[in-house]
Amino acid sequence: ARRCASPAGDKMAGADGDDSLYPIAVLIDELRNEDVQLRLNSIKKLSTIALALGVERTRTELLPFLTDTIYDEDEVLLALAEQLGNFTMLVGGPEYVHCLLPPLESLATVEETVVRDKAVESLRKISHEHSPVDLEVHFEPLVKRLASGDWFTSRTSACGLFSVCYPRVSSTVKAEIRQHFRNLCSDDTPMVRRAAASKLGEFAKVLELEYVKSDIISLFTALASDEQDSVRLLAVEACVSIATLLPQEDLETLVMPTLRQAAEDKSWRVRYMVADKFSELQKAVGPEITKNDLVPAFQNLLKDCEAEVRAAAANKVKEFCENLPEDSRETIIMTHILPCVKCPEVRLNIISNLDCVNEVIGIRQLSQSLLPAIVELAEDAKWRVRLAIIEYMPLLAGQLGVEFFDEKLNSLCMAWLVDHVYAIREAATCNLTKLVEKFGAEWAQNTIVPKVLGMANDPNYLHRMTTLFCINALSEACGQEITTKHMLPVVLKMSNDQVANVRFNVAKSLQKIGPVLDSNCLQAEVKPVLEKLAADQDIDVKYFAQEAVSVLALA
Amino acid sequence: MSSAATAPPSVDKVDGFSRKSVRKAKQKRAQSSSQFRSQDKPIELVQLPLLKDVSAQEQPELFLKKLQQCCTLFDFMDTLSDLKMKEYKRSTLNELVDYVTVSRGYLTEQTYPEVVKMVSYNIFRTLPPSDSNEFDPEEDEPTLEASWPHLQLVYEFFIRFLESQEFQPSIAKKYIDQKFVLQLLELFDSEDPRERDCLKTVLHRIYGKFLGLRAFIRKQINNIFLGFVYETEHFNGVAELLEILGSIINGFALPLKAEHKQFLVKVLLPLHSARSLSLFHAQLAYCIVQFLEKDPTLTEPVIRGLLKFWPKTCSQKEVMFLGELEEILDVIEPTQFVKIQEPLFKQISRCVSSPHFQVAERALYYWNNEYIMSLIEENSSVILPIMFASLYRISKEHWNPAISALIYNVLKAFMEMNSALFDELAATYKSDRQREKKKEKDREDLWRKLEELELRRGIQNSDGIIPT
Repeated sequence: ARRCASPAGDKMAGADGDDSLYPIAVLIDELRNEDVQLRLNSIKKLSTIALALGVERTRTELLPFLTDTIYDEDEVLLALAEQLGNFTMLVGGPEYVHCLLPPLESLATVEETVVRDKAVESLRKISHEHSPVDLEVHFEPLVKRLASGDWFTSRTSACGLFSVCYPRVSSTVKAEIRQHFRNLCSDDTPMVRRAAASKLGEFAKVLELEYVKSDIISLFTALASDEQDSVRLLAVEACVSIATLLPQEDLETLVMPTLRQAAEDKSWRVRYMVADKFSELQKAVGPEITKNDLVPAFQNLLKDCEAEVRAAAANKVKEFCENLPEDSRETIIMTHILPCVKCPEVRLNIISNLDCVNEVIGIRQLSQSLLPAIVELAEDAKWRVRLAIIEYMPLLAGQLGVEFFDEKLNSLCMAWLVDHVYAIREAATCNLTKLVEKFGAEWAQNTIVPKVLGMANDPNYLHRMTTLFCINALSEACGQEITTKHMLPVVLKMSNDQVANVRFNVAKSLQKIGPVLDSNCLQAEVKPVLEKLAADQDIDVKYFAQEAVSVLALA
Repeated sequence: MSSAATAPPSVDKVDGFSRKSVRKAKQKRAQSSSQFRSQDKPIELVQLPLLKDVSAQEQPELFLKKLQQCCTLFDFMDTLSDLKMKEYKRSTLNELVDYVTVSRGYLTEQTYPEVVKMVSYNIFRTLPPSDSNEFDPEEDEPTLEASWPHLQLVYEFFIRFLESQEFQPSIAKKYIDQKFVLQLLELFDSEDPRERDCLKTVLHRIYGKFLGLRAFIRKQINNIFLGFVYETEHFNGVAELLEILGSIINGFALPLKAEHKQFLVKVLLPLHSARSLSLFHAQLAYCIVQFLEKDPTLTEPVIRGLLKFWPKTCSQKEVMFLGELEEILDVIEPTQFVKIQEPLFKQISRCVSSPHFQVAERALYYWNNEYIMSLIEENSSVILPIMFASLYRISKEHWNPAISALIYNVLKAFMEMNSALFDELAATYKSDRQREKKKEKDREDLWRKLEELELRRGIQNSDGIIPT
């Protein structure tokens, strides 16, 4: 290892005793150790070294050393870039913060992306510690040098620094900065144009409105028509910020043409970005433009020929609909959005979030658009889709009203009770309970209870058991009268079923509905049956019957 | 006694619950172009007569008509649509391929723009999204281009057109311009290897014939590689582009231009750091070696570059690097060797003592290379001290017996090369290690004191004033 000659010889630092033992040569040796791991550890503790040296020697010896020897492993450089971002106090405070600029400038030109990015991050951090004078004297020239650098890496780094130094400098310097940014937006290399496009929104936010209109808009339009789609899609991101900055009357002329073009870009990546940012765009452009422009654009994205774009748009449907102006919301949704959404789950998602849909649309129109979707979903091959629809049912039923439900949806709910997937049958049972809670016991007695009880005679034992499970769920909601008069006889009759599973579920059912019945009924009708079952041949039937007897305290 | 075959009871009945619909078998999806927007009505093309069936004077006009017809695109994602017309286009394209290969006098000025237009319409498209985000080029099957039946013929046609004896670049350059080339280069990202292969040939021909486009092509390839290395780490056509570059580098005139040297150091060397290096390493190594054969003075920056990008955790890559390094050493000049031997053998010393036996083995095989051995011998006084410590230690410690044996042979070779130095190093081995240990301890003491100082200063100045 080469030994670096100590510029300060063996001069001791400070006057307080032991602290004086650290000539910079020794410390620098640590920073130049052969072993990269040791170098890395030393760099990570750079603040310790700086503290040992004191602020003046840090400024005059340590920093120059670091600036001159920036050719090291990227890991070390990354650690260094990070450390320097926190060095303001260690060099003597904001008055001296500009001393950190030379090493950071070198780091910002390094090839390796993570090092460059960290250097830019640190530069941004310390820019806030610079006084306006220092910004003009030290910081902005650095940015200018980077922006005119030979290799694309320094020009890319420059893009990240414009917005932090612009606000506090004089107007001549501001003009220079704007010029440099313009140059980078039309740079020869796509990497630089991409960096500039990604910072366009951020830069626009710090500019005065007149310059947003004059400079930013033309840059935005140019980048949005770049020959590389990777640049164009970054311009779409910037669109959101730009639209938020401009007054409404200017949006139509300055921003919308470009946005429309992007929504129909020949590259699916750009269209995808538009779809992805749609809710933000909606908020930025406001309700009028949304109605006139964004709705048709959204329709096209929902029907896009590329599946990825359709998926991105479908993801935004709910948010988009929620943020539509209240007065026109439902019309827009029903006439424009809903027909374009092919995916039934998304369609139902929209509907279930509307209030009083039937007031606005009318039952017939609703059933025309909704019902096919519901039926399709209810019969979907994937059971999870069927499950999702069942979970919507109580809500929908409430919105659509009891007549519509009885006419169109009742049979569906019944069909689910005999689905071949257990989870569906279980959910269907729970659904019925909620419907009874909504529509009342009398409705239940007239419409669903007869059908449920009818299943008790089904040749298939699994259907017969479903009857019992339904009764378990419904008895409390239906109340004592219906349970005693209609349900109990059926349960008791099934105690003679030839399948043991049915019989032991009878016992379980009796245990469940017992609390709803009165004590006379329990003694007179339930107890004898349970005693009979307790003497059954099947061991499980015996067990559950005895259990029911003890729980109901009938012994 | 008719035994009417009874249908087996349907699954539904046995089960008791009706099964609503059968799950459709998932089809393996071949890609389609995003440019295609499906039309509702079927496509109708008028069947034209065959070229061989018309007179020589009528052929040029017929040829143009057929080119225009081939601008019509078909939807190959819908396998059943427009079958007749798809077949018609295919046979027309076939016919055009043959025509271009054998005919004379068919290339007029009007033909060029029509050919370029037909090719552009067919091949230029935004590549569709990859089927899975996690596509691993080494492991997974690539998704293939659905419209390949037509596309392949378009490419073949274009290649024959470019190779035709009558082809005149001076006319063609009006239509095969920078914009065309840029779009062509973007297609190299296609997942379909057959397409990339065709593109490779097309680009190679264009580079050969259009001198005015060469600088532009090199620059755009640079941008693609730089974007690949520093931004996305995704591009499917790196290997193909490197293959083309290999023959371009081969053709460089001496002395090498500064632009080319910069390309070597700033673009080719950083490519070594890519995660998917194994997909294009052979082509990359070839390019590097080509450069060094053109200009041996580039050896030092190249080897320093490789050492800078030396893999830290990926052993598979380390083995590749060692292979490339050996290829470079095979052609290295002794004067160049001396310049980089110290950092080089420091790395080799680390490799031979690597716990990963494939890395160690690959490095130790250098000692089977006669030329390398001769260089080592010439410079053993420098190299031996660098390698000695790790060789000595590993000969006792390595878990793999094969490696131990190789190490033993290497030590023996060194002993024979320079026995005096060898003995001296062996003698001082122990004391050297102790000295290192002491240095280690001194360092730890230093840091401990520094940290105590930091703490003390922190306590003294709890009001935040920094002492000067």
